[in-house]
Amino acid sequence: MNVWRLVVQEIAHRKLNFLLGLLSVAVAVGCLVGAMTLVRGNEFRTGEILAAKQAEVEQAVAEKEKEVAAAGAHLQDVMRKITKGLGFNILILPQDQDLNELHVEGTVSKAMPEKYVTDLAESRIVTINHLLPIVSKKLRWDEYDRTILLTGTRGEVPQAHRDPKKPLLDHVPPGTMVVGFQLHSQLGLKPGDKVTLMGREFEITETYPERGTADDSTVWVNLAEAQEMLGMQNLVNAILALECNCATVDRIAEIREDLAAILQGTQVIERGPPALARAEARNRAALTAQTSLMLEQKAGKEALEREAAGRELVEKQTEDFAAVLVPVVMIACGVWIGFLALMNVRQRTTEIGVLRAIGLKSTQILLIFLGKAILIGLVGALIGYAAGYFVGVSWSDFATTSAKTAQLFDPRLMLLALVIAPLLSGLASWLPAMSAARQDPAVILQGE
Amino acid sequence: MTPRVACAAEQFFGNFKLSDRPLMLLSVKDVQKTYSSAGGSVRALAGVSLELAAGDFVAVQGPSGSGKTTLLLVVGGLLAPDGGEVAIAGENPYKLASDARAQFRATSIGFVFQQFHLVPYLSVLDNVLAASIPTHLVDARQRASELLAHFGLEHRLHHVPGQLSVGERQRTALARALLNRPKLILADEPTGNLDRDNAEAVLGYLTEFANEGGAVLLVTHDDQAAGRAKTTIRMADGRVVE
Ligand SMILES: Nc1ncnc2c1ncn2[C@@H]1O[C@H](COP(=O)(O)OP(=O)(O)O)[C@@H](O)[C@H]1O
Ligand SMILES: [Mg+2]
Repeated sequence: MNVWRLVVQEIAHRKLNFLLGLLSVAVAVGCLVGAMTLVRGNEFRTGEILAAKQAEVEQAVAEKEKEVAAAGAHLQDVMRKITKGLGFNILILPQDQDLNELHVEGTVSKAMPEKYVTDLAESRIVTINHLLPIVSKKLRWDEYDRTILLTGTRGEVPQAHRDPKKPLLDHVPPGTMVVGFQLHSQLGLKPGDKVTLMGREFEITETYPERGTADDSTVWVNLAEAQEMLGMQNLVNAILALECNCATVDRIAEIREDLAAILQGTQVIERGPPALARAEARNRAALTAQTSLMLEQKAGKEALEREAAGRELVEKQTEDFAAVLVPVVMIACGVWIGFLALMNVRQRTTEIGVLRAIGLKSTQILLIFLGKAILIGLVGALIGYAAGYFVGVSWSDFATTSAKTAQLFDPRLMLLALVIAPLLSGLASWLPAMSAARQDPAVILQGE
Repeated sequence: MTPRVACAAEQFFGNFKLSDRPLMLLSVKDVQKTYSSAGGSVRALAGVSLELAAGDFVAVQGPSGSGKTTLLLVVGGLLAPDGGEVAIAGENPYKLASDARAQFRATSIGFVFQQFHLVPYLSVLDNVLAASIPTHLVDARQRASELLAHFGLEHRLHHVPGQLSVGERQRTALARALLNRPKLILADEPTGNLDRDNAEAVLGYLTEFANEGGAVLLVTHDDQAAGRAKTTIRMADGRVVE
């Protein structure tokens, strides 16, 4: 026989007192566990919602990226076609070339070493490409009694650091000639015809359609031949180039700066404003695409943040509610348990007196009451955990499947409940149990 | 129910050998006790002396309020006197600390009360066994069963006090008092709530215990009960008057 048997027998005998105690502990623990389960469910649900939102945003951005890339590719293609149609728009001339001559006469008379074009091609310049060295002179085509523009060209010089590009202008092989629109239409020339220019014989390989520029009155021959004919061996009048389509503010200034570092004694002019405007339009379009992508990303990020803030609010509301409810219920239940223990002690006064008379120590009396309280705490914790878990799970919008429901089970919380509940119950019963242990058996037995 | 009397009673009670010189199981010298409360003080014991040796069965008789219960509590190590000496088997329980005194009570004294004071939620057997909680008596179960059989309660072992007659309750209380083989039985009006037959039976067991070498101090206001004792002391106003 030991005091535990007394505890158990008393519980079995006075079931109501025990059941009321259990109920109280179960309510307190249930409240705690229910609240914690809800909070936990909220956290899990938030994780789920945010992950879904994140995926949604990422997909939207990816779609936008694809759209932008497609639009960009299309634009680039269009621009390439336009640019090709426009031809070379950068003119590199000797420093001492009078630009009035060019604009008024349409000719250039100063020359620079042909080597310049090689220097340029071997440099790492990126602001221009498609380098084309030419000699050009206005002269009389005596054979046909016409004033023409003779242009010698050797074809584009490949740039060392770039992939070879499709040339804007085809190479003119020696002994051949390409004729502009006015000339071949007025003179009735066609590919395959043999003509003589400055005593040399050429075969016409191509006749250009009308361009509405000086090209229509131009004859193209091989550069080396032209240099010989004009007495300009190893010299060129100009290097034509195409400016890159880089999104910079002042493109020509940049090109000038780059060239000054590579070629001394040259000057640069830019022709054909439409090229610029279109390039700018293209840049703007690219920028617009880029901006719309950024906006999409920003909107996604903001949507994500809004969602997170919303969830945070929901979580905080639950937590705040729990932070008030749980302590209040705990305290109320503690008081109730203490009251039940006090009633129990009152009811058992004579029992305490006689147990003390037959030799039980006061600590054993204490143990009888605290033991009961702890038992109530343990059993109440189990019931309370089950109830709280059930309530928490049925209220939580996370627990939609049985796997997720199982995820809400928190063994640490169960352990906590199994520690806290006996502690709470023991503490609440402490004073009544102490008063029982301190009772004087003589007073009790005298009172009969 | 009329209790039957066992033939070999000594095997239940006897744990003393009577020596040549009688052993003083209880010695009370000039004990005094005054209750003080807000309503004034009451002198319950005004210098009481008595001695019990093994085999003694002493009745303390006196009217209600004469200090009998107070004397019993003082003798039982439950209520410290204001003055005088108490010795049980030569030991003063009030020189012991509280826990040691509780242990001393468990091993040396058996209490029987008018109201039985059984634990209401324990069975008859468990009520008797409760006395073994402080002493860890090794053969507790065996001895409890034998005592209860001796008192005619073998069919009542698993009943709770509420299901018993008053006579059965008092015999259960008697079995509890005897479980640890004490030297001294202190009985406060043990027959006060019993009919004549049951009272006779209880007094018979007390006589039996004294005959086996124990000592019984019975306090009562009842002439019939006092008449069963070998010696009767009369008390009035906290004094022995005769
Ligand atoms: N705890 C107490 N406080 C004050 N007075 C008491 C107390 N217990 C008993 N008394 C008084 O002491 C006297 C003796 O009481 P008691 O020993 O119970 O007498 P008896 O048992 O002979 O009836 C009585 O007058 C009683 O009223
Ligand atoms: Mg009395």
